[in-house]
Amino acid sequence: MAYPANYRYTKQHEWIDVKGDVGTVGITNFAQVQVGEVVFVELPKVGMKVIAGQAFATIESVKAVFEIFAPVSGEILETNLALQTEPEKVNADPHGAAWFAKLRVANPAELKELMDAPAYETFAPDGCA
Amino acid sequence: MRYLPKSPAERRELLAAIGVKSVEELFSRIPERFRLKEALNLPGPLSESEIISYFKERARENSVGYTSFLGAGVYNHLRSVVTDTIIQRGEFLTSYTPYQAEISQGTLQAIFEFQTLMCQLTGQEVANASMWDGSTATTEAVLMAERVTGRRRVLVARSVHPEYREVLKTYAKNSGLLVDEIPFGADGTLDRNALESAMSDDVAAIVVQSPNFFGVIEYDPALAELAHASGALLVVAITEGVSLGILRPPAEADIVALEGQSFGLPPSYGGPFVGVVATRQQFVRQMPGRLAGQTVDAAGRRGFVLTLATREQHIRREKATSNICTNQALCALAATVHLTLLGKEGLREMAEQNLAKAQFAHGELVKIPGVRSAFHCPFFNEFTIELPGPVEQLNHQLLRDHIIGPLALDAWYPELRRHALVCVTETTTRADITKFAGSLRAALAAHQEKER
Amino acid sequence: MSDKIKKASRHVSQNEGLIFEHSSPGKRAFDLPHLDVPEVDARKLLGANHRSEGVEGFPEVSEIEVLRHFTRLSTWNYAIDLGMYPLGSCTMKYNPRVNELVARLDGIATEHPLQPQELSQGCLKIMRLLERCLLEITGMDVASLQPAAGAQGELTGILLIRAYLEKQGNARKKVLIPDSAHGTNPATAVIAGYDVENIPSDSQGQIDVEKLAGLVTEDVAGLMITNPSTLGIFEKRIAEIAEILHAKGALLYMDGANMNALAGVARPGDFGVDVMHLNLHKTFSTPHGGGGPGAGPVTMKKILAPFRPGPILAEKKDGSLALEPAGPDSIGRVKAFAGNFGVLVRALAYILAYGPGIRQATEDAVVNANYIRKQLEGVFELPYSLPSMHEVVFSDELQKQHNVNTMDIAKRLIDYGFHPYTTAFPLIVHGALMIEPTESESKEECDYFIGAMRAIAEEAAGNPDIVKHAPHSTRIGRLDEVTAARKPILRWRPEGSQ
Repeated sequence: MAYPANYRYTKQHEWIDVKGDVGTVGITNFAQVQVGEVVFVELPKVGMKVIAGQAFATIESVKAVFEIFAPVSGEILETNLALQTEPEKVNADPHGAAWFAKLRVANPAELKELMDAPAYETFAPDGCA
Repeated sequence: MRYLPKSPAERRELLAAIGVKSVEELFSRIPERFRLKEALNLPGPLSESEIISYFKERARENSVGYTSFLGAGVYNHLRSVVTDTIIQRGEFLTSYTPYQAEISQGTLQAIFEFQTLMCQLTGQEVANASMWDGSTATTEAVLMAERVTGRRRVLVARSVHPEYREVLKTYAKNSGLLVDEIPFGADGTLDRNALESAMSDDVAAIVVQSPNFFGVIEYDPALAELAHASGALLVVAITEGVSLGILRPPAEADIVALEGQSFGLPPSYGGPFVGVVATRQQFVRQMPGRLAGQTVDAAGRRGFVLTLATREQHIRREKATSNICTNQALCALAATVHLTLLGKEGLREMAEQNLAKAQFAHGELVKIPGVRSAFHCPFFNEFTIELPGPVEQLNHQLLRDHIIGPLALDAWYPELRRHALVCVTETTTRADITKFAGSLRAALAAHQEKER
Repeated sequence: MSDKIKKASRHVSQNEGLIFEHSSPGKRAFDLPHLDVPEVDARKLLGANHRSEGVEGFPEVSEIEVLRHFTRLSTWNYAIDLGMYPLGSCTMKYNPRVNELVARLDGIATEHPLQPQELSQGCLKIMRLLERCLLEITGMDVASLQPAAGAQGELTGILLIRAYLEKQGNARKKVLIPDSAHGTNPATAVIAGYDVENIPSDSQGQIDVEKLAGLVTEDVAGLMITNPSTLGIFEKRIAEIAEILHAKGALLYMDGANMNALAGVARPGDFGVDVMHLNLHKTFSTPHGGGGPGAGPVTMKKILAPFRPGPILAEKKDGSLALEPAGPDSIGRVKAFAGNFGVLVRALAYILAYGPGIRQATEDAVVNANYIRKQLEGVFELPYSLPSMHEVVFSDELQKQHNVNTMDIAKRLIDYGFHPYTTAFPLIVHGALMIEPTESESKEECDYFIGAMRAIAEEAAGNPDIVKHAPHSTRIGRLDEVTAARKPILRWRPEGSQ
C-alpha cells in the first residue's frame, strides 16, 4: 500500500491530511499491520483541545491497547463514529475510510516537523504482506 | 509426606541430574544470614484423621444445634446435594482461569450460562463472571459510574448495608470520590426530599439497596428517572438474590451489584461468596471483571472465550477498570448449578415460601405485647421490629433456648435503639417461628418483671 | 497422533448444548418441602413490585439433565487432578481433598458471620491459628485475613503504607514497580491513589539497584517487589533495596505470589519487607476452581498494625477470642464480614498437614523447576541465566526463525496432554515461556513434560505447521477472539429475540 503523497506523517505512525485549516488524522498502514486485527477504537470527544504529541485516542487488538497521538495541536471538530461499529475499517482502509478525527490546525508551523511520504516510507518500511 | 510424589531415591536422582550435591545449593543465592537454620515453629504434621478431628473440635465450639434468625446480607437457604457433587469434580475444582480456551470449555460455557442467568434475574443486558462479593461489587459499580459519567460525587442511601458502605468508604478515600449519605425516612426507605435536595450535576450515581438493610423493598423506577434527569446513574445493590424470584427486577437501573450467596453457597462465616456487576450493553467496556463471550472456531463450531480483556489488569495495568484478577469462579459455578436445579418454578416457589414465612413470623411477633413493626412498608424475608427492652439482653435469654435472635441495629444506627432485624427463610419451620415467638415473649415478660 | 505424545490419547467426548437449550416448561430439578405456614397473596403484598411469572428465560430442566449437563462440561476441562499445569507464578499444586471435607463440616460451613462471638469460638480459633502460622512463615508481626484475593491483599498493603505515611504528615505521591511485575501491581497502586513509576530491570533481570537508589526520593511511598521475581530469580540485593527505601522513609511491599519458593527456607520479614500479601490459592493449596475463590491475607510489621482493616481478631482477658472494631487509624474495611473463611479453613488444613515439614514442599518445588530448566536449556533460549528458584522463564527466540512463537508452542503442548505454561509474561521477556511445575509433580510427570517440550521444539524446526495450527486433538480449535471482541455475545438469548 502506498503512502498518499499529500499526507504528512509522525514518528508514531499517524498521518494528517490538511485542507485549509482542517486536518484529518488517521494511522498508517504500517501501524495497522503492527497492531493486528483492530477490535475497538476509542475516539476523542468533539471539542477536545490537543497538543502535538498528546495521546487523544486508543485502538485495541484482542491482547493489547495502543495510544494514538495528535500529529499537531488543535481542536477536535469531528470524529469518525463509523469506527465504533466497524473497527475493522482500520485494517482495511487505514489511509482513507478509517480516518479518526478532523481537527482545526492551531499552528500550521508544526506541520513542518512532520515527515513527507518519501521520508515516512524510509522511516517505516511498508508493512504489507 | 503424602502430598509429595517423590521418593528419597528420586530426589537424589534429580539433584544429580541438575548437577548439585545438595538442595541447599539451590538456595545459595539467598544471603546466608536470611536462610533459616531451623524448622519453622508450626503445628503438625497431622494425619488426615487428625486434621478432621481438629476441625470437628472447632465445629463443636460454634453454633451447632441453634436456630438462627439472622440475615443482614448472609442467608440460610436450601442447597441441593447435586451442587456439591458438581463443584467437587476435579475438572471444575482444580482447574485454572480459562485463559486457554481450547481446554477450558467446561468452565467457559458455565460462565456464559452464569452471565445469562444473572441478566435474566436482574433485568440487565450484560453481567460479568463474578466479583469477590456484594460489598466489593457495589464499590466496583460506583467506581464504574464514576468512569462512565466522569463525575466524582455519589449519593448513597444509609439504608444500604453498613458494611457495604464501609467498604465503599475505604475505596473512595483514595480515589477522590465524594460519598454523601442520604438518610432514610419514617417508613424505612430513602428520604426522597433529602435525595432531591442533594442531587446536582456533579453526582455520578445514586446508590440504593433493595430489599434494603432493614428488609424494606426500596426499589422504584422513579429513582432511575431522578438520577437520569441529572445525568447520573442509578446503582442498585441486592444482598438477597432469592428476592428476585418474586420481586420485579431493577431493570431501569444502570448498574446492579448483586450478592449471590443465597444461590447455593453456605454462610461459611462470611465467605467465600460471589458478587456480580450487571449493567447495560452500552457500558460494557467500563465494566470490571472477566467476561465470557460466544464465538466460533475455524470449523464453525460454537465455543466460548474470555473477551474484552483489554479492560483488565493483565493488559491495561495501571489503566485497568479494576485490579481484580482471581474472582469467585467456583462459587459462580455453584450458583449456576443451584439456579438451574431450582429453575424458574423452583426459584419462584422458594421466594414465595420466604415471603409467606416472613409474613407469618411478623404476625406472630407483633402479637407480643410491646413489640411493634418498625417500618410500615412491604418486605421480603427480613423485617425490622422494635422491642420494649434491650435487644442484646433479650437475645442472651434466647440463647438459652438455643435460638440466635434477630440482629440488634443500634451499633450501626444509634437512633434505632431497641430495633432488631429478623430474617426468616424457607429453612425456618413453623415450629421454629412459634418457639422463637414464645421465647421472646417469655424473655420480655421476665425483663418487664425485673424492671418493676 | 504423533508417537512422541506419551501422556495423552484421543477419547470420545460428549457434546452438550447450553442448559437453556434443554429447557422446557413444566420440568423441575428440585422440590421444596411443603409450606407449613399460611400461603400469602403476593400480588396484594407486593403490588407493582410483584414478579408474577418467575424469572423469564430461567431454565426448566430435570435433575438428571442438570447433572449430565455439568458433568459433560467438566470433561472438557483440563485440571490439576489430571496432570501438570506448568503455569508460572500460579503455583498449581495439589488441592488436598481433606481440605474440602473440613470446610464443609456442620459447624464450619454453617456459621453466620454476625452470630454471637460466644458461639463462634471455633471459627475464631481457626483464624487465630492461621494468623500465627502465616506470621511464622513470613516473619511478620501482625496479620489481616480479610482481603478476598491477592489483588485485594495488594490494595490493603498499599493502603497500609499510605495510612502510615499520612499519619507522619505526607502520604507521598508514587509507588515504584518493576517492569517485570504482575499487572495487578500497577492497577492496585492507582486505586490506592498513587502514580506508578516503572523501574527497569538490569541485564540480569534483577532490579537495577543503582537506578533504584536514584529514583527513591521523598515522593516515593514505597516499592512493590516480587521476590523471587517473576523470572523466578531471587533478588539477591534485597537487603540493600530495603535499606535504600527505609533511609528515605519509604516502605517495602512484597507481592507474595512466589512464596512457594521461600516457605520454610527464608522469611520476607527477615530480609526487610514491611508488608506483604499471600495468595492462599497458590502457596497454600486452596483450589483455583476455574478462577477463584482465593484469599489474599496480609502480614505486616508492627509499625503498620494500627492501620489494619477491622474487625481485628483479639484475645480477651478471659482467654476467649473476639472480633473487635478496628483502631481509629484503621484504613477501614476492604470487604464485608471477616474474610473468605472457607478458604482460610482450607489453607490451615494444608499447613497442619505439613507442620514444620513445609520446607520439604518448597525444596521439591525448587528441585522440579531446576530439573526442567536443566533438561530444556539449549532447547529453548534462556534469556536470564541466574539461578532459578521455583520457576524458570525461557523465550521463543530459537523457534522464531521458523515463525513459531510461544503461543503456538503452548497450544501444541495441549496435544501432548498438558495445560500450557504462562505465555507472554513477564513483559520484560519477549515471547516468554514461564514454567512453574510445583512440588506436586512426580519425576515421571516432569519427564513427560520435558519430552513433550523437546518434541515440540523439534516439530517447530521440522514441521512448523503442526505447531502453528495446534491444538489438533481438542473438541474445539483456536477460537475467533477478534469477532468475540468486536461483536461481543455475552449471554444466551431465546431464538428469534435480538
